Amino acid sequence: MTRSAATLTREKALAAALLARAPAWQEADQRARRFAHGRTEDVAEAARLADDYRLLAHDLARARALMPASRTREYLESAYARVHATLQHGAWDGASALRRLFVVQTPAAVRWLFPHLAWAVLIFVLSACAGFALVHRYPDLIALFASPDTIASVESGKLWTRGLLNVVPSSILSIQLFTNNIVVSLFAYCLGFLFGLGTLYILGLNGLMLGAIFAFVGEHRLAGELFRFIVPHGCVELSVMCLSGAAGAAIGEALIRPDAGGRLESFRAAALRTGPVLISCALLLVGAGLIEGFISPDPRFSLPVRLVIGVGYWCLMVAFLSGRLFAWRARRAAPAAR
Amino acid sequence: MSEPPAGLSVDSVTGIDVSLPLAGPGARSFAFIIDWHIRFVLALAWYVLMTVLYNGSFSLEPPPGHERAWFALVVLPVLAIYFLYHPVVELAMRGSTPGKRSVGISIVTRAGGPPGAGALLVRNVFRLIDALPVAYGVGLTLMVLTRESLRCGDMAAGTLVVYGRSATDPALLQDAAQRVGKLDSAGAEIAADLLQRWTSLVPEARIRLARALLERYLGATADLSDADELEWRSRLERLARP
Repeated sequence: MTRSAATLTREKALAAALLARAPAWQEADQRARRFAHGRTEDVAEAARLADDYRLLAHDLARARALMPASRTREYLESAYARVHATLQHGAWDGASALRRLFVVQTPAAVRWLFPHLAWAVLIFVLSACAGFALVHRYPDLIALFASPDTIASVESGKLWTRGLLNVVPSSILSIQLFTNNIVVSLFAYCLGFLFGLGTLYILGLNGLMLGAIFAFVGEHRLAGELFRFIVPHGCVELSVMCLSGAAGAAIGEALIRPDAGGRLESFRAAALRTGPVLISCALLLVGAGLIEGFISPDPRFSLPVRLVIGVGYWCLMVAFLSGRLFAWRARRAAPAAR
Repeated sequence: MSEPPAGLSVDSVTGIDVSLPLAGPGARSFAFIIDWHIRFVLALAWYVLMTVLYNGSFSLEPPPGHERAWFALVVLPVLAIYFLYHPVVELAMRGSTPGKRSVGISIVTRAGGPPGAGALLVRNVFRLIDALPVAYGVGLTLMVLTRESLRCGDMAAGTLVVYGRSATDPALLQDAAQRVGKLDSAGAEIAADLLQRWTSLVPEARIRLARALLERYLGATADLSDADELEWRSRLERLARP
C-alpha cells in the first residue's frame, strides 16, 4: 500500500522536528557520562538527568516508529541506554567494589561453601591416605608421583629441598611457587565446569602425591625433615587447595543438579557466588609462596618458629576469609568516628 | 550453529525498553587483538627500558645467573603487565578496555549496567578455560555456538559484551534535520553524512555515492551526465539544500 503525500509530508515534518533535538540528546549523553564517572554530585544536574531519561525515551519511541533503520535511532538507543544505566546503577567506585568483595562477598561465599569444603577435605585426605598406603605397600609406585632426580636424592638420604636456596634465590623461587600454586588452584576451580570431574581429579591427584611422597620419604627416615619444610607454608597452601576444590565442586554441583532457573543460570549463580573466594585464594597463595621461597628452605628457622609461622598464617587466613579481620578493623575505626 | 546474535533488551520504568546490540566473535576478537598488542608493547617497553637501565648500556642481554634485583625490576613487572592487564584495566575502566573502547563495545550485566568487581574477576579467572587448548579455542568455539556470543567467562560471570557507543556524530543529525524536505529522514542522514565525509572519501567513491543518491531521489529527472567532482558536489548540495 502506498502512503499518501500528506502522510509522507507529516512524517518528514516529524522527522525534522525529531532530528532538531540532537543537541539535547548530546547534552543528556554527556550529563550521563559525568554522573557515571562520579565527576558531579549536583542535585539540579541529577534532576535534569531524570528529565533527560524521559525525553530520550519519548524520542526513541518516535525514532523507532519513524526511522527504524537510521543512525538517529542508533544514536538514541545508545544515549538512552547510557542514561538508563547511570540512573539504575549509579556511579562506579572501584575501591568500594573491591572493599565489598573482600568484606561482604568473600565471607558469605566461604560460609555457603562449608558443605563442599567438608567434602573437598575428605577427598583430599582420603587420596593422601591412599597415596601413602600405595607407596608404603608398593614402593616402586613412587615413580608415578616423583621425578627420577627427587627419587635419587631421597634414596641418597638427602631431601631435595636441602640446599634449594643455593640453587635458586628465594625471590625467584617464591614467584615460581606462587605462580604454579595459583594456576593449580584456578584450574581446580575452573575445571568444576566439567561437572566437577576436573576438580575431583586435581584434588585427588594432589592428595595422592602428598601421601605418596610422605610414604616414600618416611621409608628413608626423612619424613620429619619434609614436615619441617612443609609446615610454614603448607597449612595455608593445602587449605587453599581444598577451598578452591570446594568452589569448583559447587560449580560442578550447580551443573549436575541445576535449580529451577536451568543449568546455565545455576552455573552462573554458583560461579558468581564462589568467584570472590578464588581472588582471596590467589592473594593467600602469594603469601604462602613468599613463605615457601624465603622461610621453608632456610635451615636457620627452627621447628617451633616454623610452627608459629604456619599456624599464625593459617589463623590470619581464617580471619580474612571469615571477614573477622575487617570486622576488627571496623570496630577500631568506629569509636574514632564517634 | 547459533542464530545471529540478538540484542539485549532491558525493561525500563518509562515503558520503552533499553536495547543494546550484542557484539559478535569478530568485534570481540578485534578488541582482544588490540588489547593484546597494547599489553605486549607495554611489557616489551618495560623490559627494554629496565634492561638498558639495569645493564647501564644499550644491551638487552639478561644478566648471567639469577639476580634478585633483575627479577624484581624487570621480569616480575613484565609478567604482571602481561597477565594482569585485563582484570586490572577492566576494573579501572568499569568493564571496558582500550581495545573494547576503540571497537565501541563494553561489558554489561544482564540488567544493562556495568558489572561488579566480583563478576569482572570471575570473568577473567575463566580465561584459563577459554584459552584452551590454544589461541582461545574454547572461548571462540563457544562464542560461535551460543546465540548471545558468550564465552565461558561470560557464562560464569553473567555478563554480555554489547555495542555501547554509537559512532554517530550528533552534529550530523542536526545537519540532517536541516535537509529533511526534498529528502526523507534516511536520505537526509545519508546526504549529510556524505557531504561531511566528502573530502575523506576517494574521488571515485564520492561520485558513485552522489550518483546513487541523486538517482534514488530524483529518478529520471536527475542530471547524471559526466562532470567533475565539484559539479557532483554541487548537484548533491542542491538536492539536499535546506
